[in-house]
Amino acid sequence: MDWNYWSYLLPDLWQATQDTLLMVGVSTIFTVLLGLPLGVLLVVTDRDGLLHLPWLHQILGFIVNIGRSLPFIILLVAITPFTRLIVGTTIGTTAAIVPLTVAAIPFFGRVAETSLREVDGGVVEAAKAMGCNGWQIVLKVLIPEALPSLILGVTITIISLVGYSAIAGAVGAGGLGDLAIRYGYQRFETGVMVVTVVLLIVFVQIIQWIGNRLAERMARHA
Amino acid sequence: MITINDVSKVYGRGEKAIVALDAVNLAVPQGEIFGVLGESGAGKSTLIRCVNLLERPTSGSIIVNDQEITSLNGPALRKARQRIGMIFQHFNLLSSRTIAENVAFPLEVMGYNRSQRQERVKELLALVGLENRAQAYPAQLSGGQKQRVGIARALAGKPDVLLSDEATSALDPQTTRSILELLQDLNQRMGLTILLITHEMGVVKQICHQVAILEAGKVVEQGRVSELAALPESRLARSLFPRLQSYEAQPGARIVTITFAGDTADEPVLSNVIRQFDVNVNILSGNIEKFGEQRIGQLQAEFVGGQFEAALNYLRQLGLRVEVDE
Repeated sequence: MDWNYWSYLLPDLWQATQDTLLMVGVSTIFTVLLGLPLGVLLVVTDRDGLLHLPWLHQILGFIVNIGRSLPFIILLVAITPFTRLIVGTTIGTTAAIVPLTVAAIPFFGRVAETSLREVDGGVVEAAKAMGCNGWQIVLKVLIPEALPSLILGVTITIISLVGYSAIAGAVGAGGLGDLAIRYGYQRFETGVMVVTVVLLIVFVQIIQWIGNRLAERMARHA
Repeated sequence: MITINDVSKVYGRGEKAIVALDAVNLAVPQGEIFGVLGESGAGKSTLIRCVNLLERPTSGSIIVNDQEITSLNGPALRKARQRIGMIFQHFNLLSSRTIAENVAFPLEVMGYNRSQRQERVKELLALVGLENRAQAYPAQLSGGQKQRVGIARALAGKPDVLLSDEATSALDPQTTRSILELLQDLNQRMGLTILLITHEMGVVKQICHQVAILEAGKVVEQGRVSELAALPESRLARSLFPRLQSYEAQPGARIVTITFAGDTADEPVLSNVIRQFDVNVNILSGNIEKFGEQRIGQLQAEFVGGQFEAALNYLRQLGLRVEVDE
């Protein structure tokens, strides 16, 4: 083991870890902010939903399916004009957040839709009978009742984002995936590859553990 | 308090149309418990859901407390719904909220502030006997306790009427009785008007003042429970007092069905028949039911020999309803 070599690498590793956390963190926030309303819309516009707008449901579903069928690497390149429009650049960690979010929104939208559909229809009916309006039903009934399931959905989404972020490294986004490719793959430094992969595994384990705990705590009463 | 005028509900169109309700007329007076009795699929669930417009009738009108519900929409409808409490077969409590928060839910919707809510929730939980479970979650309660929470929630906004959608159908007999006692108590103490639907005769027998029997979307019988029970040919009496169907009378005997109502239920009429008219009586079946203070009974017997017609006249003169099988 060459300690000099590793001490020279350590700042790079630390930087890459921060980049990954930043990319995944920020894109998770935007994904939930935009994907949850998408999930709600998918539920309420459906045939037996609160708003009952089947045509809108069809259109949204179609768009979501397109978003989900594009391979991330293609999406990453395809939306560069949009990325430039939003953040002013197409390379680097900040630029990667845009495609990451765009890719994760339809994914989380579907996951949230599934969670919200699991809410007992009788409870929604009781809320209607009590004189709730649509907003109250969404905010006071659907989302709180689906919360444990939504949290697990967010967990799955974060883990997918960790995976996507490694691919985003390919366009100079930085992060652990990028490090693994540059050092481990392109320079045949297997040690670096192993370290980054181990770090990614640890990330995913921690995220899943936290998600499970939170969901469990929420669902304890259910 | 609730008037249902000529309400029909048709699902689908054309040849595939299903008529769930067919020109239903009902009137629920203030302060009464009104039961709608029917088999599953008779349309009773559709009917009760029409009253707060969870289902919109295809035609006809519904008036609750002088307000024509069926003409309302949007905010006015939601306001009107807040004046109509509803309880459900499967309770439909919010699993993510405590008991106190569940009861507070309609109050939040109605815009009560926090301290008003807390005060009202306390009153309501005391009313249904669950003061000490305020911080529990629905999953920690028994079925009967959940329905008590449902009742407290339904009454939170001091509604004009309570709709009960098979509220005891998921409960065991003993719990059913205690929930029915609670509803009866609320009716008597607060004058709460209750419209309930059920498939259980026992519910009607125990607490309803009036009943309507629904079959295939039509009201086939309607009236005061005690009056219908005293009418031997009514559907209610027939299911309250089951008769021997396959029994063959002995040679020379006639099968007589006697319905007692009120005071005559106490008189020894049969021994009078035997002594005065020399008729031999062979009892086949008999039953007495109590409706509030009134007792109604039905007796099925074989009469053999003696002065048969005179005996029947004697019974009829006493005000009893007497039927003779052919």
